[in-house]
Amino acid sequence: MKQEDEGSDGDPGETLKRAIRAQRQRRKKKLLERSLVQEIHEDEDAGEVSTLQDFSANRASAEKTDNLMASTKPPAGSHIGLRTQHSSSSQYLDTLQEKLRAARSKVERLQQHEASVEPASRLQRLRDGDHVTRFDREQVDPVSAEGGEDPPALRSRVKFREAARRVDKDLPTAEEAYNFFTFNFEPDHPNESEKLGRKRQKQRETTEEDRGEAEVEEDAEGEEDNQDDNVIQSEDAPLVQNENDLFVIDQSPQDFLVMKRAEYVGYRKRLQRDSELLFTPSLRTVPTSVKLPENMKPRFLEDEGLYVGERPPVSQTNENILENRILRAEEGKKWFGDDGKIMALPDPIKESSTRPPLFHMEGELHPGLQTVYRKALPSKYANLFLAGAADPEGDYQLDVDISGLVFSHHPLFSREHVLAARLAQLYDQYLTRQHNNLTGHLTDKLNGLRNALRNMMNIHGEQGLSLALRQRVSEYSFEVRNTRQLRDAEQEKDRTLLKSIIKVWKEMKALREFQKFTNTPYKLYLRRENVDRASDERKYEEEILTEVLELEAENEEEYQKKLVEYNKQLEEWKLWRKKQKAIRKTKKKKKKKGQAQDDTEEEENQDLKESEPEGPFEEGSLKPEPPERPDLGSIEQQVREKASRIRRRAGEAILIPELSASGSITATELCPRAEIARREDVSRRSLFIKILYNDKEVSRTGSCSLNADFRVHFGQIFNLKILNCPQSIILQVFEEIGSSCSLLAQVFGPVPDPSVVTGRAPIEKFEFSSNQRVMFDHEGVGSDVPISFEPDGSNKVILLTSGQLLCCMSWGAGDDNAPLAPPVSQQPGGVRRGLGHLDAVTSIGASGLYDMKKISEWATQSRLDPNDPKNASIMQLLKVASSGEVTAPEYFRLEHLQDEFNFVSDEELDDSKRFRLLRLRNQGVAEFRNYKLVPALESEIPDKVLQEYEKRLKDGEIVDTKEHLDSHRALVAKYLQRIQESVINRSILAKHYFQLPDLVVEEEIPSIGILGINLFKLTEPKRPLKPQRKDRKKVTAQNLSDGDIKLLINVIRAHNVPIRKPQSNKPGQSSQSAIQSSDSYLSQAQVRPFVEVFFQRSVLQTTTADGPNPSWNEELQLPFSAPNGDYSTTSLQSVKDEVFVNIFDEVVYEIGPNKDRGSSIHTQIEKHWLGSVKIPFSTIYSQSKIDGAFKVNTPAVLLGYSKELGSYGAYDHFRKPSEGTFIRLFITIEPQLVPGESIREKFESQEDERLLQASETFEREAAQNYPDRPCITTVIDLNGKTVFITRYIRPLKPPQEFLDAFPNNPQEATTLVARYVSLIPSLPDQVSFSGTCDLWSTCDQFLTLLAGDEEEHAVLLCNYFLFLGKKAWLIIGTAIPEGRTAYVLTHEPSGYFIWNPSSGQCFEWDDPFCPLQTVGCLVNPDNVWFNVQQKTSPPNMSFDITKSKLWKPFFSRFFSHPGLSSIQPEELAYRHADKAAAVELQDRIEKILKEEIMKWRPRHPTRWNRYCNAILKQFLPNLELSRGQDVAEGHRHELQSLLGDYRIAGFPLHLPFSEIRPIIEMVYSTGVHNIQASNVEFALAVYVHPYPSSVLSVWVYLASLSHL
Amino acid sequence: MATSNPSVFLLTVNGQIEGANFPEYDNLYCKYCYVYGHDWAPTTGLEEGITQITCKSSQSHRLIWNFPLETTFKSTNPFGWPQLVVSVYGPDVFGNDVVRGYGATHIPFTPGQHTRTIPMFVPEPTWRLQKFTGWLLGRRPEYTDPKVVAQGEGREVTRVRSRGFVTVSFNIMTKDMKKMGYDTGPLIPSNGLPATPD
Repeated sequence: MKQEDEGSDGDPGETLKRAIRAQRQRRKKKLLERSLVQEIHEDEDAGEVSTLQDFSANRASAEKTDNLMASTKPPAGSHIGLRTQHSSSSQYLDTLQEKLRAARSKVERLQQHEASVEPASRLQRLRDGDHVTRFDREQVDPVSAEGGEDPPALRSRVKFREAARRVDKDLPTAEEAYNFFTFNFEPDHPNESEKLGRKRQKQRETTEEDRGEAEVEEDAEGEEDNQDDNVIQSEDAPLVQNENDLFVIDQSPQDFLVMKRAEYVGYRKRLQRDSELLFTPSLRTVPTSVKLPENMKPRFLEDEGLYVGERPPVSQTNENILENRILRAEEGKKWFGDDGKIMALPDPIKESSTRPPLFHMEGELHPGLQTVYRKALPSKYANLFLAGAADPEGDYQLDVDISGLVFSHHPLFSREHVLAARLAQLYDQYLTRQHNNLTGHLTDKLNGLRNALRNMMNIHGEQGLSLALRQRVSEYSFEVRNTRQLRDAEQEKDRTLLKSIIKVWKEMKALREFQKFTNTPYKLYLRRENVDRASDERKYEEEILTEVLELEAENEEEYQKKLVEYNKQLEEWKLWRKKQKAIRKTKKKKKKKGQAQDDTEEEENQDLKESEPEGPFEEGSLKPEPPERPDLGSIEQQVREKASRIRRRAGEAILIPELSASGSITATELCPRAEIARREDVSRRSLFIKILYNDKEVSRTGSCSLNADFRVHFGQIFNLKILNCPQSIILQVFEEIGSSCSLLAQVFGPVPDPSVVTGRAPIEKFEFSSNQRVMFDHEGVGSDVPISFEPDGSNKVILLTSGQLLCCMSWGAGDDNAPLAPPVSQQPGGVRRGLGHLDAVTSIGASGLYDMKKISEWATQSRLDPNDPKNASIMQLLKVASSGEVTAPEYFRLEHLQDEFNFVSDEELDDSKRFRLLRLRNQGVAEFRNYKLVPALESEIPDKVLQEYEKRLKDGEIVDTKEHLDSHRALVAKYLQRIQESVINRSILAKHYFQLPDLVVEEEIPSIGILGINLFKLTEPKRPLKPQRKDRKKVTAQNLSDGDIKLLINVIRAHNVPIRKPQSNKPGQSSQSAIQSSDSYLSQAQVRPFVEVFFQRSVLQTTTADGPNPSWNEELQLPFSAPNGDYSTTSLQSVKDEVFVNIFDEVVYEIGPNKDRGSSIHTQIEKHWLGSVKIPFSTIYSQSKIDGAFKVNTPAVLLGYSKELGSYGAYDHFRKPSEGTFIRLFITIEPQLVPGESIREKFESQEDERLLQASETFEREAAQNYPDRPCITTVIDLNGKTVFITRYIRPLKPPQEFLDAFPNNPQEATTLVARYVSLIPSLPDQVSFSGTCDLWSTCDQFLTLLAGDEEEHAVLLCNYFLFLGKKAWLIIGTAIPEGRTAYVLTHEPSGYFIWNPSSGQCFEWDDPFCPLQTVGCLVNPDNVWFNVQQKTSPPNMSFDITKSKLWKPFFSRFFSHPGLSSIQPEELAYRHADKAAAVELQDRIEKILKEEIMKWRPRHPTRWNRYCNAILKQFLPNLELSRGQDVAEGHRHELQSLLGDYRIAGFPLHLPFSEIRPIIEMVYSTGVHNIQASNVEFALAVYVHPYPSSVLSVWVYLASLSHL
Repeated sequence: MATSNPSVFLLTVNGQIEGANFPEYDNLYCKYCYVYGHDWAPTTGLEEGITQITCKSSQSHRLIWNFPLETTFKSTNPFGWPQLVVSVYGPDVFGNDVVRGYGATHIPFTPGQHTRTIPMFVPEPTWRLQKFTGWLLGRRPEYTDPKVVAQGEGREVTRVRSRGFVTVSFNIMTKDMKKMGYDTGPLIPSNGLPATPD
């Protein structure tokens, strides 16, 4: 305080400084106050205020003079803020502030302990300069303003300042203010203030912490700050003063004793601090203008046409953060490109992989990338487990006895050790040799041989040798020579061995002497065995002598041989020589002759001759050199030399080396340092052995230290209980030095033979070695290091660590002393090492068992014991085989044990009917598929059972022309059958692929709507008064039998039945009585129709009704039996039977009156066929019920009947009279059968995947929204491939003759074409392909097969129509009775027409009797449209496909037509109509029919009216020409006129021709043959009209004639 | 049938569906049927049947049906030996009859007394939601035909959950098996455990 007073006047800088100091002190005090509230002195406070006041007054003046915008801030809590003001308003403000200050000081004193301050904000405000508002606000709400609440706008405006502001919040010092204003701010360094703030903070902290020294320090710091900030002042003197003064003056207990609360930094504060220290870039997008240099517009290179790579994808947020961050940094703008974005290289990630595709087309692949075929190897661990190992009895025990380890070289070997080891090795070798004593053996042998030879010579003498003897002698001598050579070799070896032993021992001795200590206990004694010199010498000489003799003999022999050879050669040569001479002579003569002729030539010849004697002579036969006589003297020399080399000299003592380990080793203390180090090293080492069984460590020995002699003794036996087959036993030798251990070597132990039992097995030595390189700086020689024993360092050797492991592996012995070994058979092949000679199969392979040669070879090789009973069978076999009685089979058998597993022999299997039956049933052959109870005994199987099957098989090959009547059709039938079979096979296969819905019934997941409805249903009454019809329960066909299934046919009513023609109208004369009698009937009823249903040869009929529109309402039940009693779905689907519904007219004739007796009247009932409806069973089966009005197929001509309706009611004119007869039927099967489902097998396709998907979606959507409308977009062709439907539609040319027939009437051509198509027999796919799938054949296939479904007909018809220039579509829909079917729609000027392709009929679209019930979709070559109208029946629909509200197109704007090519051929090839064949066929049909009819009338004679036949035959071609149009009248008239007195009932039947059977059936169903009258006669005519491509139209005219 | 030279052999199955152990459910009944091959034909007895509904008692948690089985089969061929297929049904929370288990066992080959405990299982819904809706609507997944469990084909497409056990005791008699050459082991019913309904 005093200082303050002292320096109260002076320059403003001084003043300010003082003010700052005062401020600080005050602040300090106040802090103290705050911490020690009770210590506050009021007076002090008051003084404070007063000083403050005059201080501020002072400052006010200073402001005026300097125009400094200053704001001092009182210490925390006292908010006497001086605002920055422009000088103009400062005056006024000052006065205001004075007032304010006075008023506020009170308040603030109260608030003192709430230390809410706001320094920086004020500073800021100063800078921002919105003082007016500030001021206003302060007036209005001073507290809030003072509370440091920044207006949010401000806070957000300069965020980074916040840190500084917060720091200063409670401590806006005067110094700070001073600094702020005096400091030269550079505009680019806004952070400076922050720095300041930080410094200040530091100060504050120090003050707060140690208050006592704070004053001084702070002052100093303040000075420093000031210096930093380039404030000029006189520093030193006041500083020192201050220091002293302060120290003296402010000494009070409070200065030294600081009591304060434990420091706690609040969370907020901490956050604040963090935010101060950390810089958090904003997430906001940086405006482009900031990022670019001033006044620059962003420039987009890409827009200017330059290539700009794609930037790597970075999220916008990250980019923003980065930009904000960069902008803060120095030269931040350099990171931005011209376009205001961060500069970035183009995205380095390539779009496609750069690795070359691995799958080239074959050939070009780099050999390194070629896939290599590797044979499948059996898994290493498969079948490793021993059977029975798990149970306690079957435990197998492998004993591993590790007895010890001997190093033959070790890195720690000293040189002496190396030598010792070598010596030991050599000695070992010596011992073995000695033990084997090969030399002795050979010597003995040699002596024996010599003796034998000598004896032989002695006995027989030289000359008396027979040839055989001579042979033997030479053999002996040969043997002697061999043996001698062998013996010499052995002797030499012995000798060298001995020599080297001695040499090594000498080396060792030298070494020991040299190094002056001994490391090894080895000592070699050479025992000298003196021999009797004389005898030894004699022996030696003898030996040499014999040998020399022998050699001489040998040489002599050789010489003789050579001599013989030489003589021979000499002989030859002489001969040749003579010849040469002769030749030369002749030549010379010639020469003389020819000399005169030509000189030059002669010269040449001369030359030739000159050279001749040498040339051939040299080449051809050299004059043989006589062989040299062997030098006998030199032989002896040689022998002696050799003997001295390899043999002990005569009389020399025999040296026997003896190695003993009895020597003493020099004690360690006596050894040189290096040796001591080595020995120490040795003692540090220890070794242990790990046992790995099948590559798994199972056990390990304890570690034993290495002895000085480099032997380790373990002596441990490990019993391994094994579960796995033994694959390998590995013993790993580890060396331990201290705590580290290293693998020295691995020893692979053999898996012992099962016969090797513990106790009996000898300890074996396994060599091991390691190639580790070890070097020592002591005496140890190391390993893999060259060492030399020569003083000059030559003759280096490299020694590797090696040694022998002494161990033994064997099988544990069980209680009964049996080895606990797994049986051999269980061990995988590779382990059966060493067993080969025991097991024939392993040694020569299984297939070898049938090769006698191999067996005998093996038997000799393995030296089978012939007396072993185990081998008896093999010996037997061999004996037989060698005697040649049994010949080995010359075939190879794959499974040579098959015989033993065969149930019965193959012949028996084939012969037995029972087995055959069982097998056929298992194969699913149609006849036997459901054969029940195959008899257990052969004898009970009837022979017939298989006969039919065999017959069928036989028939398969020959074409039955009789049944087919047409060779082409027969072939087609065969072809069809083959397709059928393949499809059935496929379906049978497919049946074995189950899907979940096949096995499990599961509710579909209901949509929310359905769920709601279901929930709603819970509230419904359980037994409603008007119950709804529920579906019948469907029966799966598997447990049905004959008689269970019935066909229910409800015959309801018929319309428009033809009525009888009044006979009176007949032009011809007829019996009066007949007319009368019939008249009476006619007046009553025009017709009395009844219905007869004919199915599977059972017939039922309804009652007779009256009139042309009868109503029966009768239910007929017909039994149904499936073929072969097979009620499976497939079999039911292939039932070809048809239901015939025939309408008959019951005609009653009275035949009484014209007989003699008038009293009784006989009535005769005849039934006249009026028409029929034919419904295939398959249709009923697949649809489960058929309900509707069927058009009755009435014959074109019905003799005696007229279709013109006589008297109809008032509604007559509503109907068209020509539309024919209709019958309403309801047909179903009881119980309801589950119709077969088509295969779900996904067929392969060549269509585009996208198209297939689209079509699937299309169909699925259609099925979801309109479940009862068939929608087809893809179909399956005959090859079983999925094909898009529009590919089937393509304009195709019909046969030319149809086009030519009516060149100027296209309408006629249309009907002709339709008729042609309808003449192709129809055969449902369900029948032909047993319902498995709907196959669509192309038109050419269809015309070849001449059979097809409605689809094929429709497609063909549609294609023809398109060719004829019509607008035609295929309709996919449902119709009666076919069910799902295809029709054809055409658009004519007069409207739309619907064509039934299988009948050729045409309907107008609004015809109520059109069989087409629903229209699902339309198809033309370009598109498919699905019906999305409300109604589905044609009369209620619009066929305008352009309206997309009514017809949903498949190809639309979204999915355009990909340009599918048609699969139809470009042109159909038609074969010409074969008239001759047709005539032939016609005759045959007629003959067959006549026979059949006679057969059906077994009890009555069947008379044929030939005349009538002829007439009828004439009618038929006309009928064909008129295509069945109504020409009835003409016929009848003609007939009546021709035949006169007959009552004629008859009709022509028209059929497309496929087989004879349907014709017969048809004729039978009309019941013409049933007329029993005695005087009846029949007439039958058949006409076959051929159309191109063997399409045949068959007409059968049937008539019955009865005499009147 | 000539005794000396029989053409069929007979298999008589007497026994009973004794009961079941379904810890979670009560009020169950059981249906049974036989599945057999082509060469088999039932001669007498019921081929399929349905038991009464049984509740658990307070003491025991076993469901007892004690439903007799008496069927005789004749056959010419042991292939397709009959299997007994049992399926257990019971009401769920809402009173709908739902299936509680399917199971099958071969009729024992050897004559004598046998007891079989058949583990039962039910097909699982394909996914969770279906499980829930199935539970709600009382429509659990069921096999199209209980006989499915007697066949091996196509089972791989299903997923099942095990549920409980049904105990069936059999008394088997055969006739003429040996004469036809089929030896089904010792005639002494030594291996048959005494059937003690607990």
